[in-house]
Amino acid sequence: MNTLRSNNIEQAALSCVRLVKRYPDVVAVDGIDLEVRMGECFGLLGPNGAGKTTTVEIFEGLTKPDGGTVEVLGEAWGKGRDTALRNRFGVQLQETQLAEKLTVKETVQLFRSFYKRGRDVDSIINLVELNEKRDARVGKLSGGQKQRLALACAMAGDPDLLFLDEPTTGLDPQARLKLWDIVEQFRAGGGSVILTTHYMEEAARLCDRVAIMDHGHVIASGTPAELIASLDADQIVEFSVKGKVEKDALERLSGVRRVRANGDGYALTVQDIGAALPALLSELEQERAELVSLTTHQATLEDVFVSLTGRMLRDV
Amino acid sequence: MSEQGIINGTKIEREQVVAKAPEAANAKRFHPLWELTIARVRETLREPEVIFWVFIFPILLVFALGIAFRNTGPQKIRVAVERNETAASASAQAADALSRSSDLDVVELSPAEAQQALRSGKVALVVRPSVDEDAAARGHSDAANSNDASASSRLSLYASFSYRFDPTRTESRQARMVVDDALERAAGRRDVTQSNDETITEPGARYIDFLIPGLLGMNLMGSGLWGVGFAVVNARTRKLLKRFAATPMRRSHYLLSFVLSRLFFLILEVAAVIAFAWFTFGFTIHGSLLGMAFLLLLGALTFSGVGLLVASRPKTIEGVSGLMNLVMMPMWLLSGTFFSSARFPNFLQPFIKALPLTALNDSLRAVMNDGASVMTSWATVSILLAWCVISFIIALKIFRWQ
Ligand SMILES: Nc1ncnc2c1ncn2[C@@H]1O[C@H](COP(=O)(O)OP(=O)(O)OP(=O)(O)O)[C@@H](O)[C@H]1O
Ligand SMILES: [Mg+2]
Repeated sequence: MNTLRSNNIEQAALSCVRLVKRYPDVVAVDGIDLEVRMGECFGLLGPNGAGKTTTVEIFEGLTKPDGGTVEVLGEAWGKGRDTALRNRFGVQLQETQLAEKLTVKETVQLFRSFYKRGRDVDSIINLVELNEKRDARVGKLSGGQKQRLALACAMAGDPDLLFLDEPTTGLDPQARLKLWDIVEQFRAGGGSVILTTHYMEEAARLCDRVAIMDHGHVIASGTPAELIASLDADQIVEFSVKGKVEKDALERLSGVRRVRANGDGYALTVQDIGAALPALLSELEQERAELVSLTTHQATLEDVFVSLTGRMLRDV
Repeated sequence: MSEQGIINGTKIEREQVVAKAPEAANAKRFHPLWELTIARVRETLREPEVIFWVFIFPILLVFALGIAFRNTGPQKIRVAVERNETAASASAQAADALSRSSDLDVVELSPAEAQQALRSGKVALVVRPSVDEDAAARGHSDAANSNDASASSRLSLYASFSYRFDPTRTESRQARMVVDDALERAAGRRDVTQSNDETITEPGARYIDFLIPGLLGMNLMGSGLWGVGFAVVNARTRKLLKRFAATPMRRSHYLLSFVLSRLFFLILEVAAVIAFAWFTFGFTIHGSLLGMAFLLLLGALTFSGVGLLVASRPKTIEGVSGLMNLVMMPMWLLSGTFFSSARFPNFLQPFIKALPLTALNDSLRAVMNDGASVMTSWATVSILLAWCVISFIIALKIFRWQ
């Protein structure tokens, strides 16, 4: 937390308590407590159907919760201050398709007209680097350009708080980088951001703190570093073998915290790779198992999710 | 916004690029209602189909109907005269007498051909002459005696005729009267009373004059409902409505923008039809232009209100199309666009009169055809106003934003 608005130091950008939303066949949000500080970028992480969109749309005042309380920028919904509140945050929804027949400039101009304050249309377009496309029809934009336009519309009212629901899903790495830049610039200006994603690297790069959601619950929260530290290990070793290796034997190796079957081999959560790797290799030799592949990487949020749920984030 | 300054020193250099807009730099912005309306107009104009349905189609309709009901005088009725060997002169004389009538188109056919033509509907009636031999013999001596020159040019008094026709065909019964009348006159009948015909073909009293206000009304209904309905449901399926609902935009502004953008198109579509009708059929407006403009404006507002109501809930284009047809069907049938709605039975009349299209058609005709003042149409104007306001308010209440 580096950037704060001086008058809002104690105030939370957003808080919710025991939030619940039930649909006929599923409890989409099942008792969530969150607090997002001013100036913070907060990430909601989770697999498909975890309840991220539902949660965020409750925050945005689009969905009514069945239980619990929400306060956004110090205000609750439905207390006669809704319009004033909407003037202070910007939204990018997961599935909105903006009008295809309007141009970039016309679209931003329209959204700009809804807000009391904000910069002029050209500088908003500048902000998302769409100057060259300002007179192009929305229908003719690439996926990345469309997402940046959606971001421009979200920022049209010079908001204190941005809600971004999967801003980079389906984008190529380059387009994703560009979008991250824009979000970081917004934060540098003092804005707070709440974003959902299922890209761990996105959360790790943009977010000060994240909450990992699954089946409507928050199963872990903290800074990315804290969450990774909670694994009590900093390396992941994945290998596959021809032949048979006992899981028990692997668990007994020094420095290995956790063992998980992974295809033809295992994934080991390892604290001291200098000790664990030689131990593993000698174990394999002893068992006469032939090593086919071996990779190691720094533990990520993905590994946190896997260790918490036993499932991968993306293939559930 | 001094409170939005950045505390952290390391990020100061970025402040130039991204710092919050200072109050003074708050850009000029137009009213959201204006922006929404302009966006609607732009979107519509960029839809090529819209241009066809709004401008070209009504003109084609006026043209087609105008041609179909144009005043070229009544159609001639086709009749046949049988060629008869024994009464050759009688058939020739009869054919000659009938062909002088402006209402008839006469052909001479053999009995077999005539029979065939009648059966297939090519002619409405067949005249079969026969000659009374004795009377003819007497007649010839009379003629020789009196030496009356006019008698020879007159139809022979000694021929008699039988008419073959199908009495269930209106045209045939009409032919029966016209043919009989023509033959009697040719045989020397004199009218006992004086009568003369006054035909109405002057502008203002023709069918096309009746038709144009009705077409304008129907057109306002169609483009109001389709134009508003499709755009709203399309925005709903694209989650654009939800996106707007997350902004401070006033919801009534969004709905009003549809109503206002319709006014823009109203001027164009009405002008196109009236100008075309004036140019092609010499259509003229008898009442005040201002009164007509007021009614058209009210009609456009009313139907965009009804369009919003119809579109306020459906989630799919199919859903809204069905609903739209359901709403428009009774008005297409009953509201007197192509013929007067007074033709429907009495028990239906209160219902028919309450329909907005009936109200619009009736008041438009009062002003455009009869030259009445709008004031005299206060009842229909109130019906339109009621539809307009009530459907808009209900639409705003029950509108589904996601
Ligand atoms: N309008 C709705 N009616 C019924 N069920 C719903 C509705 N919206 C969401 N759900 C259900 O609620 C659960 C959570 O959905 P949600 O969209 O919040 O997930 P998500 O985390 O955003 O997923 P994704 O990553 O796919 O966007 C899902 O099981 C979904 O089927
Ligand atoms: Mg989602």
